[in-house]
Amino acid sequence: MVKIKNLVKRYGTKTAVNDISFNIKKGEIVGLLGPNGAGKSTTMNIITGYITATNGSVEVNGFDIMKNSISAKSQIGYLPEQPPLYLDMTVKGYLKFIYDLKKVKLNKKQHINEICERVGISDVYERPINKLSKGYKQRVGIAQALIGYPPLIILDEPTVGLDPRQILSIRNLIKDLAKDHTVIFSSHILYEVQMICDRIIVIDAGKVIADKSPEELVSDGVSGNKSVIVHIEGEIEKVLDILGKISGVKNIEKTKDLKENTYEYIISYEGTDSIKKEIFNSLSQNQLCLTKLDDLDTSLEDVFLKLINKKENEVCDDPEQEEILEVQEETTIISDDPIIDNENDDEGQTDFDKNV
Amino acid sequence: MLAILKRELSAYFNSIIGYIFIAVIYLFGGLFFWVTSIYSGNADLGGVFANIMMIVELIIPILTMRMISEDFKLKTDQALLTAPIRPISIALGKYFSAVIVYLMGISVTLAYAVVVSFFTTPDWITVLGSYIGILTMGMALISIGMFISSLTESQIVAAAVTYAVSIFIILMDGILGFFKKSFLYNFLSYLSFSKHYKNFTLGIVNMENIVFFLTICVFFIFLTSYMLEKRKWN
Repeated sequence: MVKIKNLVKRYGTKTAVNDISFNIKKGEIVGLLGPNGAGKSTTMNIITGYITATNGSVEVNGFDIMKNSISAKSQIGYLPEQPPLYLDMTVKGYLKFIYDLKKVKLNKKQHINEICERVGISDVYERPINKLSKGYKQRVGIAQALIGYPPLIILDEPTVGLDPRQILSIRNLIKDLAKDHTVIFSSHILYEVQMICDRIIVIDAGKVIADKSPEELVSDGVSGNKSVIVHIEGEIEKVLDILGKISGVKNIEKTKDLKENTYEYIISYEGTDSIKKEIFNSLSQNQLCLTKLDDLDTSLEDVFLKLINKKENEVCDDPEQEEILEVQEETTIISDDPIIDNENDDEGQTDFDKNV
Repeated sequence: MLAILKRELSAYFNSIIGYIFIAVIYLFGGLFFWVTSIYSGNADLGGVFANIMMIVELIIPILTMRMISEDFKLKTDQALLTAPIRPISIALGKYFSAVIVYLMGISVTLAYAVVVSFFTTPDWITVLGSYIGILTMGMALISIGMFISSLTESQIVAAAVTYAVSIFIILMDGILGFFKKSFLYNFLSYLSFSKHYKNFTLGIVNMENIVFFLTICVFFIFLTSYMLEKRKWN
């Protein structure tokens, strides 16, 4: 469906997209993942023909976006980062305009009604767009992308600004769309990508740094090491000495001071889970009190940060920068849900979003 | 192109821009008609059209300021430029919508001819010539304004620059007085809108004048289309 080959986009001396190549099969839901400024939107804008690549080629359903742009564009429905809405129009007028603009040949009224129903905007159909809430505006933006039911739907951060209920409905809609469309969508909400996508393409600094299924990404991120989180009452040196003697233990890290003489540690190990029994036995034999022992699941968030940090470490020789990265890694281990926390800062997402 | 034309036309009347534009032409057109024809008992409408030209030059920036810059500002250009249409269709759709609003404004002058015809037979050749003149000149100004609008995201900047260009066009004949006869003088003199327009108001329908204004239209429509295309490369 989509063939992207050696895509490069330069803005003066800055390279926004640096030699990206990937193919997307028909019916796939692909998540483009990456931090802000990674090149996700630029890549999407190039695929849709909004901007032109400095180098490389994009083929959509057999049509080259440069050489045969009209045919290629007719294969795509696009929701940019900011929905392209004419605020002076009503939802009805706007969708009719988009229908005409795309030269769709379906039954106009029935088709638009069907899309409004699907996206959940039928109740605001006659209202002016400038009177709608941000969530509704976003959904009108998605509706315009669906007009004509193009085979490829591209959605740039489609759930930004929506309330939790709307997020759930849009996620379900994206899954539903994938039954008869190929969907590319970008997000920096990792949980969302993990939940919806068949495949995740991680982009950082304009390069593809991973292109796998969510399961593969997580299992690769584990790299054979598992971790447990423990709370132990006792001297740190003694605890580290005892735990360090257990075979299979790869790393022990004190992550938190809990209360007087009680600390939290993360123990990375390889091998079977019987090591938990050994940890318990060793501590009790040495009169140390174990108050908590829990598996530490490696989430996609951890893998994502590892990938990004790994990439940054490769290029970063600045000691100050390294310090920042170390702090980030520590946060990854400490927090139960670090990315969701980060999202709270950036986009106002809440834990409730995740639970939804 | 038709989809854009319809959308732009509705945009003019969803806001007050379309109404203001038409109202200003009706108001000043009526005033000039009263002073130069009714009050002075003159059946020659040439004077009315000559005065309307100045009003047209001053209010066309209101019509053109939002044409492309609004799309850049609202990011609706993403819907237009990712749709299966060519940039020239976008430019033409927008252009003709403004021309239609402009026609709605200047069509009031038809009423003047009808009013005059109750008292005497108007000089229909002059009336027809003036219509062609005011139409083609306005179309040329709209194309220039649309092009200027495609250079910026700000409607205010687009309006200000178009005003500057309009005022330059109005003052061009005066400015020419400071030049000695030279190639530059001849060139600027040829570009004078009022010189080309004046012939129409005298009832002289010269193809050269029509071609002059239409060439400007075509040139700036293509230039606008080029600016839309160029945006992809930025």
